[in-house]
Amino acid sequence: MLVNPSHAVDPSKERHIELLSDPAHPVILETHDLKVFYGQKEALKDADLQFNEHEITALIGPSGSGKSTFLRSLNRMNDRVAKVTGEINYRGIDINQPDVDIYAMRRQIGMVFQRPNPFAKSIYENIAFALRQRGVTNRHELDDIVESSLKGAALWDQVKDDLNKSALSLSGGQAQRLCIARAIAVKPDILLLDEPASALDPVSTSQLENTLLELKRDYTIIIVTHNMQQASRISEYTAFFNMGRVLEYDTTTNIFTNPQIQITSDYVSGNFG
Amino acid sequence: MNAKTSNKIAVATLYLIALIVVLILLSLLGYILYNGVPVISWHFLTAPAKAFTAGGGIGIQLFNSFYLLILSMLICFPIALGAAIYLNEYAKQNWVTALIRNAIEILSSLPSVVVGLFGFLLFVVYFGLGFSILSGAIALTFFNLPLLTRTIEDSLSAIPDAQREGGLALGLSRWETVTKIIVPAAVPSIITGVILSAGRVFGEAAALIYTAGQSAPALNFADWNPFNISSPLNPMRPAETLAVHIWKINSEGIMPDAKAISSGSSAVLVIAILLFNFAARFIGRRLYKRLTSS
Repeated sequence: MLVNPSHAVDPSKERHIELLSDPAHPVILETHDLKVFYGQKEALKDADLQFNEHEITALIGPSGSGKSTFLRSLNRMNDRVAKVTGEINYRGIDINQPDVDIYAMRRQIGMVFQRPNPFAKSIYENIAFALRQRGVTNRHELDDIVESSLKGAALWDQVKDDLNKSALSLSGGQAQRLCIARAIAVKPDILLLDEPASALDPVSTSQLENTLLELKRDYTIIIVTHNMQQASRISEYTAFFNMGRVLEYDTTTNIFTNPQIQITSDYVSGNFG
Repeated sequence: MNAKTSNKIAVATLYLIALIVVLILLSLLGYILYNGVPVISWHFLTAPAKAFTAGGGIGIQLFNSFYLLILSMLICFPIALGAAIYLNEYAKQNWVTALIRNAIEILSSLPSVVVGLFGFLLFVVYFGLGFSILSGAIALTFFNLPLLTRTIEDSLSAIPDAQREGGLALGLSRWETVTKIIVPAAVPSIITGVILSAGRVFGEAAALIYTAGQSAPALNFADWNPFNISSPLNPMRPAETLAVHIWKINSEGIMPDAKAISSGSSAVLVIAILLFNFAARFIGRRLYKRLTSS
């Protein structure tokens, strides 16, 4: 089913509503007419998407299609580099307003980046120090959160004896899972992941995917990926971006087996992009 | 001429040039150390200087050099750190920051004797600080600030943007990100920069001749009250440093062993600056290792 009416081929509205108003997974984040400008250049045109609680949504599309731009706008990481207009409704609040406390908002909508970016601190401090900044000073409480976050990111067993080692000594896959642990330690509601596996080897990638499937029980996940198999393996919904537009948004099964427009079909079958 | 031959000639020429540079450095160092090291003794390093008789030392000058260095670093470092953080982390690229950067460039290219004369007119005369350690420390701050700011700014900009985004994505403010992530990660190269600039400050003479003065009054090393005139810690006393001392004995020294004292002082100065350089490398590398591996 299509989101952008001008590109609609089969806009069966009923199916759309039925799919996206699943009572077990209510919509917790949606965008209306979201546009992003880099200077004069419109990098994203009228994106309207909805994201369900505790599900994984994949954003796919060729390079430069606007999917990362869209993702980075959701927790306003683009504020300093781009102009973002339109609405981003998070649990009924438009967070794209100038008076929103973006630091508090980002604790609800966390982000993991393309390249692992552990801080030049110990593994423990990578997770603990942001919490300490937020006033968690009790050592036992910190220990508990560090442990549960590392377990959540499936890293605990490998590092539990080396918590005071520098995080820069971790391998790429471990470092990326540390970044996930760090992000979930502040107990966000939504996790945004910008091609989190693109710098990882296949083994680390499949471990990361398993971790994400575990995490969706507690978190809503939106993931940008270039990897079609990854999108089809882990996500419930998939949005296809091209040339700064969302061309198609549907269940992942439909996008991959029964796409409504030709260009989506071409992309998911590897004929372009 | 074919490519292989021309390459050989180029390589040989470059080797020769590099060799000349190394030879100049080695012969200078060798000359200074050969003449100076035999003069150095515990007595020479600790005794006060004598104006008319032989057997004087450089104890007070050596102390003055270190004290002045520490004082000027105490003034200089916080300003340089603040300026570097502003320029690298907060400033937008517009004409204001372009102006600031230009001002820093110009300030860093000022001849140190001009800085010294400016310090003389403004601090020694106009503000009435007199020839004093404080005047000297402020003049050295002027001399050192641009380079230190630039060094720290470079250290900060070498930290990848991914680290800043990582902090912001955790809901930290820009200030928290800078103070808790970026500056700590830059500490090894900041320390290296500070020590290297300390070496430059330690060897500076021209900026101090007219500000810290050319006399080294006797000090009472048992008196650590900074308000007493003979206390080593008193920042308002005139204080000839080692580099100024070398300049002074060579121009107007009338003690019989002036040449030996000048050679010895030069050797001490060069050794001290070499130590600063080695320390900078060593400490920087150690800190980097500690931060990046176990």
